Formats: sequence, structure tokens, C-alpha cells
Amino acid sequence: MMGLFAGLGRRTIDSFGRLGRGTMFLLRALAGMPGLLLRPGLVMQQLYAIGVLSLLIIMVSGTFVGMVLALQGYNTLVTFGAEQSLGVLVALSLLRELGPVVTALLFGGRAGSALTAEIGLMKTTEQLSSMEMMAVDPMRRIIAPRLLAGFLAMPLLAAIFSFLGIMGAHVVSTAALGVDDGAFWSQMQAAVDFREDVMNGVIKSLVFGFVASWIAVYEGYDAVPTSEGVSRATTRTVVHTSLAVLGLDFVLTAVMFG
Amino acid sequence: MQKQRIMEIWVGVFVAAGFAALFGLAMQVSNIPAFQTADGYQVHMRFDNIGGLRVRAPVTMAGVRVGRVSDIRLDHDSFEAVVTVTIEQRFDRIPEDSDARIYTSGLLGEQYVAINPGGGVEWYLSDGDELFQTQGALVLERLIGRFLTSMGED
Repeated sequence: MMGLFAGLGRRTIDSFGRLGRGTMFLLRALAGMPGLLLRPGLVMQQLYAIGVLSLLIIMVSGTFVGMVLALQGYNTLVTFGAEQSLGVLVALSLLRELGPVVTALLFGGRAGSALTAEIGLMKTTEQLSSMEMMAVDPMRRIIAPRLLAGFLAMPLLAAIFSFLGIMGAHVVSTAALGVDDGAFWSQMQAAVDFREDVMNGVIKSLVFGFVASWIAVYEGYDAVPTSEGVSRATTRTVVHTSLAVLGLDFVLTAVMFG
Repeated sequence: MQKQRIMEIWVGVFVAAGFAALFGLAMQVSNIPAFQTADGYQVHMRFDNIGGLRVRAPVTMAGVRVGRVSDIRLDHDSFEAVVTVTIEQRFDRIPEDSDARIYTSGLLGEQYVAINPGGGVEWYLSDGDELFQTQGALVLERLIGRFLTSMGED
């Protein structure tokens, strides 16, 4: 019985400790950000690794999510004779929810896990320590550019996701389902507000990008320096990113559209 | 060096594609093209009941959208709804004796303000004017009630 409580207590203290260390880590990384202005090449490299290499999966999934939404939405809307509103349905669900959230989940799985594995392996092979030895701050050289690149890449990826999703939905609904092309766009334009819907989606994806890259670099930096530790850190990145994104999404949605 | 260059090009393409997508969403998907209504003039009108009218609902003349509802308030003294609409500047020749009604588009669609032009006067609406002839929204329950009372009189 006492063992049970002890275990619970240890876990609680552990997770608070991790939260504290994570916050300290974030502050130190943010302090390293201004130095990046002198070395934009570092950020560009990470934009390539995080953004460009995630582009394919984002584009393919965006298109397919949009096409599936159109097919499913059509089946429901056609019973009410409201299939003209298909564009509204697809655009609002993509811009407000699916765009930012699915992009963030894919981002966590594709880019976040790679970041954690990379930094974790750097730690395991003591590259981070040898950098410190050479008076190179790994916070500024390794962590800060990755954090910034993730923060910048996420909204762009989410915008590409939503845009291609709407395009995919447009192709399916006009070519396969016979929805009128003009009604599709005009109803969408009448219902979608730039500030309310598009900008709130961008804000969501900025928040998700920040949280996802924070979790990814922190888990890598905090990993136990063994091969098992790195593998566990990578798993934790994906799990924690997904949970954080879904939880934050609820909070943000309640604040923005509640 | 060559590799660095290719990477730079790809990042450039990525950033450009991202902003292009955002731009496309703004222009093609959202109502940004109709956003120029900001340079319009405001006209007030009072209704006894606005039904389900919302801010940003369209204001039409002969079915053509000429502006949007920009504000809805309640007059504390007369208990009427004061609706402020912003009409685009290019529609600046609406007669002052026009009347405004709240209609519903379609059976269950959203409600909008329809302005029917008067014609007797040479004065045109300008910023801050008020339309005095208004007809509020038809509330279904009231309609049914009126129908039932008229049935009872027979």
C-alpha cells in the first residue's frame, strides 16, 4: 500500500521536475535566439530538414483529407438538399481544425521524432559535451535554430495542407459528385471570414508549431544517453506532442470559437 | 557548395509555397475580396424586432449586396433594435425615403436587410443618416398567432 503511494508521489515529483527543467531549457533556448540573426544559415538548414522534407507527406495527406471530407460531407448534405454548402463544410473544417491539428500530428511524427533522435544521439555520442568543451554553446548552435525553424515551418505547412485539402475537395465535388463550381466557391467565400477563420487557424498552427518543436528538442536534450534512452525519448516526443496538440486544440477552440 | 545552393533553393520554394497557400486561402476561400467595404458610409435604422439578424449579415438592394450590417444595439429608451449598416461608397445614390426590411434568404437561410428604394426625393443617404421606414423580421410564432386569431373571428 505504501509502495503504491510512494510510486505515485515519485511520478508526480518526476513530472513536475521535467516540467521545470523543460521551462528552464526553453528560456535558455530563447535566450540563444538573438544570436541566430548573425547566423541565418543555421536556421535555413533546419528549415530544410523540418519544413521541406515534411512537405511531401503534408501535401499528400492534405489532398486526401480534403477529398475524403468532400465525399463524406456530400453523403450527409445531399439528404438535406444542401450539397451546395459542401465548400463551406470542407473549408471551415480544414481551416479551423483539421489543417492545424493534423499538420501538427504529422509534424510531430515526421519532424519532431527526427529532431529528438538527432539531438539524443548527439548527446549519447557526446557531441554536445565536446561542443561545450570548444566553448560553443549547444543551446545557440543546436537547439535555438531547430526551435525557431519548427516555429516558422508549422504555419506554412498548415496553410499548404488546408489549401491543398480545399483544392482536393473542389476536384472531387465538381468532377465526381456534380456540385456546381460557382456555388462551391461563392458559398465558401460568403461563409469563411478571413480574421475569424483563416487567421485563427494560423494562430493555432503557430502555437502547435511552438509546442511541438519545444517538446521535440527538449526530449532529445533530456534523453538518457543510451540507445534505449534515445528510443524512449523519440516515442515520448510523438506521444506527448499528440496529447499536447489535442489538449491545446480544445483550449484554443474554446477561447476562439466558444 | 552546390549542395548548399540546392538546399537554399528548396527552402525558398517551401517558404514561397507556404505564403502562396496562405494568400490563396485569403483571396479564394475567405471573404477578403469583399473586405473593401471599410470605405463605406454608415446608415442607422430602427426595427421593432430583428429576428435572427447578425452582425456582418448582407445588406441588399434588388438582391445585389451593397453593404453589411456593422453593428446591432438596443435603444434603452424605446426598446427598439438600432441596426447600423455600412454601405459601400460606390452606392451613394440611395434615396433618403427608401425603406428597409429584414428578410430571410431561403426557407431556413440567414437573415439580411433589404433596402427598397423610394423615389420621391432628390436627397440621397449619406454618413450618419437614418432610415425611418422599416419593417422588422417576421417571427414565425407571431405569424401563427395572428393566423389563429383571425381563424377564431370567423
